[in-house]
Amino acid sequence: MNIQIRPILIALRRHKAGTVLIALQIALTLAIVCNALFIIHQRLASLSESSGVDEHNVFVIYNQWAGNMSTQQIDAQMRADVVALRQLPGVRDASLSNGYPLQGTGWDNYVMMTPDQVKMTTDAAVYLGDEHLLDTLGTRLIAGRNFRPDEVVAMGPQEMITPPVVIVTKALADRLFPAGNALGKSFYSMGTVPTTIIGIVDDLHRQGTDKWNKPYAGQSLIWPMRLDNPYGINYIVRAKPGQLAAAMREAPKALYAQNRMRIIDAKDGIQDYAEIRHRAYDSDRGMAILMGIICVVLLAITAAGIVGLTSFWVGQRRKQIGVRRALGARQRDILTYFLTENFLISAAGVALGVVLAFAFNLWTVTRFALDRMSLDYVGVGVLVLLLLGQGAVLAPALRASRVSPVEATRSV
Amino acid sequence: MMFTYYFQLGLRSLRRNPVLTALMVMAIGFGVAASMITYSVFRAVSGNPIPDKSAQLFTPQIDAWGPQQNLTGGEPADALNYTDAMALMRAHEAKRQTLLYPVQMSVMPGGDRDLPLAAKGYAVYGDFFPMFDVPFQYGGGWSTQDDAARAADVVISGRLNQKVFGGADSVGRTINLGGHEYRVVGVINHWNPHPRFYDLFDDDFFADEPDFYMPFNRALDLKMRTAGRNSCRGKLTFVTWEDYLQSNCVWVTPWVELDSATDVAHYRRFLENYAADQQRAGRFDWAPNVRLRDVMQWLDHRQVVPPESRISLMVAFGFFLICLVNTVGLLLAKFMRRAGEIGVRRALGATRQEIYAQYLIEAGTVGLAGGMLGLLFTAAGVSGVGVLFPPQIAKLARLDASLVGLTLFAAVVATVLAAFYPAWRAARVQPAWQLKSS
Repeated sequence: MNIQIRPILIALRRHKAGTVLIALQIALTLAIVCNALFIIHQRLASLSESSGVDEHNVFVIYNQWAGNMSTQQIDAQMRADVVALRQLPGVRDASLSNGYPLQGTGWDNYVMMTPDQVKMTTDAAVYLGDEHLLDTLGTRLIAGRNFRPDEVVAMGPQEMITPPVVIVTKALADRLFPAGNALGKSFYSMGTVPTTIIGIVDDLHRQGTDKWNKPYAGQSLIWPMRLDNPYGINYIVRAKPGQLAAAMREAPKALYAQNRMRIIDAKDGIQDYAEIRHRAYDSDRGMAILMGIICVVLLAITAAGIVGLTSFWVGQRRKQIGVRRALGARQRDILTYFLTENFLISAAGVALGVVLAFAFNLWTVTRFALDRMSLDYVGVGVLVLLLLGQGAVLAPALRASRVSPVEATRSV
Repeated sequence: MMFTYYFQLGLRSLRRNPVLTALMVMAIGFGVAASMITYSVFRAVSGNPIPDKSAQLFTPQIDAWGPQQNLTGGEPADALNYTDAMALMRAHEAKRQTLLYPVQMSVMPGGDRDLPLAAKGYAVYGDFFPMFDVPFQYGGGWSTQDDAARAADVVISGRLNQKVFGGADSVGRTINLGGHEYRVVGVINHWNPHPRFYDLFDDDFFADEPDFYMPFNRALDLKMRTAGRNSCRGKLTFVTWEDYLQSNCVWVTPWVELDSATDVAHYRRFLENYAADQQRAGRFDWAPNVRLRDVMQWLDHRQVVPPESRISLMVAFGFFLICLVNTVGLLLAKFMRRAGEIGVRRALGATRQEIYAQYLIEAGTVGLAGGMLGLLFTAAGVSGVGVLFPPQIAKLARLDASLVGLTLFAAVVATVLAAFYPAWRAARVQPAWQLKSS
């Protein structure tokens, strides 16, 4: 085996162009494939982020107000609306909120531990809801208690007031109080008065899903408030198991029966969580698919290229192969020769490819602040390409090994 | 004459090694299609939305949060608070100027509509329309006097005009928006620049066309809060509209039109002086930190082109490059296989240039075939691009004449470039050596 490498290298020097081309193609393919795999893996990871919501049964209605309603009228209408929604036969519970997990964009506040702190300790997504919000979303209270109805107050359109009590997610509680004793403790969220943690829920995704939210993943808080927003409000409805479709049909009818001076968009006024999740991760899913397609086609083209060029070499060297066979080389030796030759070229290509792969990754890191690629992806990529090379060269190499020694005596 | 002959030779040669030819054509087709599909999206999101005036339109930024609380890298907020925004308007240091923020109103039922309609729009000053070259179907914008008179004027989109007035000339008629009567002064003829450069503070850069534009002062009188983003710092304790206006919350986007470098320098000095005055007055506790970006700088600063689009474009170009490297190799194999034939032709008197030209033209035919296939893939890809990009971006990607031309051009040029080396090798074949060995 070892003694074969020197003649291969000498032979390759007579095919410099082809050798360089295959190596270059392998290098570029490796660079693209590892980065694509890395992007796919990252995007798929965000696709499966937990929302903390009972996604099979929850849907959201974005209700816009029409006409010139006063804050008091809006508040009264919202209270009547949620009662009407809760009375529907297919509905388990209903609530209202300024936003919902995976909405895309939303409200977030800085969190401080002391009243005179200027820099934030961390950031939390802010949900405003009543005592039904937890049950409606389906998020589980793991410590403390829910809001009492008398704690829920209205917040006017231009008001910014901090309520005395708050429910936080476990992620936020652990971030603020790493010792795990958050219940009963207080903090400041852009107000002058402290707010006390009365309950902790296990999981509630932020409204935002973009890159900016990543460092604060899962950090949300709920204020016991109804937001009297003159523009509109999100009604969140949890259907009884198996009755989602029926509840989604009945809910807008119930709202219009209450009052027709409202707008529920025909296209995206009512969304179930499958749709909300689909929209939230549109670009992530698209990137994963695109990178997947490119990877597959790229590997196929590279393999085809290797087959094509090696076949040409085999064709060119039939006479030499015949001579070697006549001088006693076995079929196995010829096969090994071409496999080894391909391995040497691939190894050189892969070495260059690793450098290119990291260079491309570095570009995405500096240009778009993406994450650094771990070595695993490069490892997988190297393995895939070496195997691909060996696989691609197998057919022409087998054909070469079947060249009869008689060829040595023929010209051409 | 020679060209047609070589072209026919090329076509014949394509048929001679069908597998090799198919490989090359597929590779070029895939490569060029991947590049063109991602490019069609990139082109849609990265273009200049107002090419004639992008260098004259500027958005001023003033740091009212200070070094402790401003954005990363000491950047001032991407919008203004009410106090600073109004100060810029009062100073009137630019030829034209406007403030704007997004608002929403309902269109009340009427005619055959028994339910209200949702309408999204902007609160703007009268200068907005001439500044941004807004095209009108009927009427026009309103005047600076109307701004001062806090008039209940409105400019509506052609689409809203269609819904409410059946597409007729509605100038002078009234429309009930959010329970208030407005006088229609103009109807816009399709104007929705992509990206929406004038409102990049809000995240939906590729939103549908707004339904209406109302006077800024009128929106303030009605205490209409922003329907878009609002960003605040420190402790928030306001409970009234007036308190909110005095807060440090930023939500107003300002634009000024400045025609010459002198005007720009003058305005920049004005901003510096304004911030310095605020510092002297004790309102700012920090040195002036202002910016004056034009449209393209603003698009870049707000990172309007989604990173996904840039990365996929780069990956697709890399993919095309690999396809070309692949083509170089295959062409080399294809041409050198015919070394004997080349030897005969050379021996019969063909010059190197002729061999060279013949093989380049042959490569061109491969490129053309690849381009045709690529065009099919591109057409399929552009129509299916909704799977890969969010809908509001995907709908901007189009297969138009320029993309068709570019696809074919890129395929042929790239393949001919890829053929330079293999053709050169073919032209260097020694006639004697080839004739001897056969």
